Amino acid sequence: MTVVLGETDMPMIRTRRIPAVTRADRRPWTFYALATVFILYVVALYGPMICIYILSFQDIRGGLVFPMKGRSLHWFIDLFTQVRTGDVKGSFDRSIKLAVLVTVVTLVVSLMAGLAFRRRFFGDSVVFYLMIGSLVAPGLVLGLGTGLLFQWVGISPTWYTSALGAQLSWTLPFGVLVMFAVMSRFDSVWEEAARDLGATRWQTIRLVVIPVLAPGLVAVALFGFTLSYDEFARTLQTAGSLNTLPLEIWSMTLNVTSPSLYALGTVTTIVSFIIIGACIGAIIAINKRRGVRATGH
Amino acid sequence: MRAGSGDIELAGLSKTYDGVTNVVDGVNLKIPDGAYCCFLGPSGCGKTTILRMIAGHEEPTAGEIVIGGENVAGMAPVERRTAMMFQSYALFPHLTVRDNIAFALRVRGQSRADRYRAAELMMEKVRLTELADRLPANLSGGQQQRVALARAAITEPRVLLLDEPLSALDEQLRVQMRQELRRMQRELGITFVHVTHTQLEAIALADIVVVMEKGKIKQAGPARDVYAHPRDRYVAEFLGGQNVLSGKVEKVGEGLVVLSQPNRSEIQIRLGTDARVAVGDRIDLAVRRDDIELVRADAGGPADGATALPSRVTAIEYQGSFVKVMLDTVPDEDFVAYIPERTFFRDPFNVGDVLLATWSAGRARVLA
Repeated sequence: MTVVLGETDMPMIRTRRIPAVTRADRRPWTFYALATVFILYVVALYGPMICIYILSFQDIRGGLVFPMKGRSLHWFIDLFTQVRTGDVKGSFDRSIKLAVLVTVVTLVVSLMAGLAFRRRFFGDSVVFYLMIGSLVAPGLVLGLGTGLLFQWVGISPTWYTSALGAQLSWTLPFGVLVMFAVMSRFDSVWEEAARDLGATRWQTIRLVVIPVLAPGLVAVALFGFTLSYDEFARTLQTAGSLNTLPLEIWSMTLNVTSPSLYALGTVTTIVSFIIIGACIGAIIAINKRRGVRATGH
Repeated sequence: MRAGSGDIELAGLSKTYDGVTNVVDGVNLKIPDGAYCCFLGPSGCGKTTILRMIAGHEEPTAGEIVIGGENVAGMAPVERRTAMMFQSYALFPHLTVRDNIAFALRVRGQSRADRYRAAELMMEKVRLTELADRLPANLSGGQQQRVALARAAITEPRVLLLDEPLSALDEQLRVQMRQELRRMQRELGITFVHVTHTQLEAIALADIVVVMEKGKIKQAGPARDVYAHPRDRYVAEFLGGQNVLSGKVEKVGEGLVVLSQPNRSEIQIRLGTDARVAVGDRIDLAVRRDDIELVRADAGGPADGATALPSRVTAIEYQGSFVKVMLDTVPDEDFVAYIPERTFFRDPFNVGDVLLATWSAGRARVLA
């Protein structure tokens, strides 16, 4: 699929820096043992993907396995020009639009849920466990059910209706859980201070709550976007007649037998990295502006 | 700006969260316009709740709050023309010093130019001009406090409410910022209501000290009155500087005679006109620690009307301008004499010495 997001999007929430290791004269043997394990782990994690990236840069003689045959961008051009490889452009377009929609809804709802769950309210634990429930429900079954429901109600499933709903059942609980972590560092005395200075409720949210939470909100948005962009199981039965990118790639694995499949993998990875990079950049920029790491004078 | 005086009147003010215990219990108090008033008490005594009720962040369960002759029940903080300085300052972390100070004007819809002009003036007043573009995370505790003060003062409040404003600072800075608060209060000429649990802070700053216990006012008055003439044992012990003794009244006459404890000498107290005591009553009395004189047991009897209690020195602490001598005068209770440094070192005592702790009759006061 696109990229292993689970590994890359967690550390960026941290703003703390690991202190530089003081260089010991002699490291214990366990250091080398654990370092070997870690290197093997990294190789196992990224090796397969790197194989795909490398193989996507073959020339016209290229095949699906090593050894590498020539070097060119042939399969990338092929990807965007040949119809037989599938509707890559259209599905990419849909996936991005859908991911943006999911991100916006996830962001708004997560923020509101984060604000609401600061207090106990009637049925709060029921709401919370219902939310977690949709997180652990098997995605394929959930997607199937959503598709069936839409058909029964009489709405034909499309990527921007049923698929949107099915994806939200996945991204919302994640977003809300991240939001809980973000809110735990939010002091409501800021809201009180804003009120004391004459701000209305809406001004307090707009001028204080959202800007203070901004780094956390970027994190939630990143979650929403990448989870949606990558989503397969829940989308399979709900996307209707037009595929999203992951569905398109999956169908390509069944009938396309050329390195253009790998080229697609490379392109989607690059897109993911650009988005993640932009988000991390935004968080770093916000934190830097606030002098989080700077000390008092 | 609207005129309006900042005198505050609390009438029968009560607050309960659970309907059973009153956190604030029928408080009546008048604070004149332009006064510096300190609420003093241990944590949980209801002082912060009173402050928050005056500020409009909490509604009283019963009673009235009148500011400048106006009942402020149900009004928003801005309508009350009060401003609060929060305990940890609650500066907005994403805004610069300038934007923090201008915040109140921003939410009122003032243009950027207008509000920055006003913020500039305010920053000059609290000497923050150089730090205008800093973010709160890059300020020291004292600087943060000045920002908080300026941010509250820019709303031109008639009452400024301060919730433990000095507790986040280290000792040295605390004394410095204490003076700064007093200076600002004089400069702004508005009523300050300050909540603290530190008696030194209260008596150093306040025109009016309000001592609280369990939601009730124990004593309210000028700092010197409260310190020198505590009404009861609680106030005397909380403000410190007093030795509190208890005993049984033996004789009532021109003066009053108390037998402090078995095998102790008599203690004579000059009676106030309003004090009502009868023979057999158990009463508390207070003597200021700096009114105690220590004489060696063999130095001859005390002067007429003076009290002399035989005591053994249990500990000595050098405090710089005076020496703190701890004595076993009263069993199970602290009894301390503050002896001026020069006096002490003319004839220094040692731990274990047996002495007479003496004071003249007029120095002891009956507590309620």
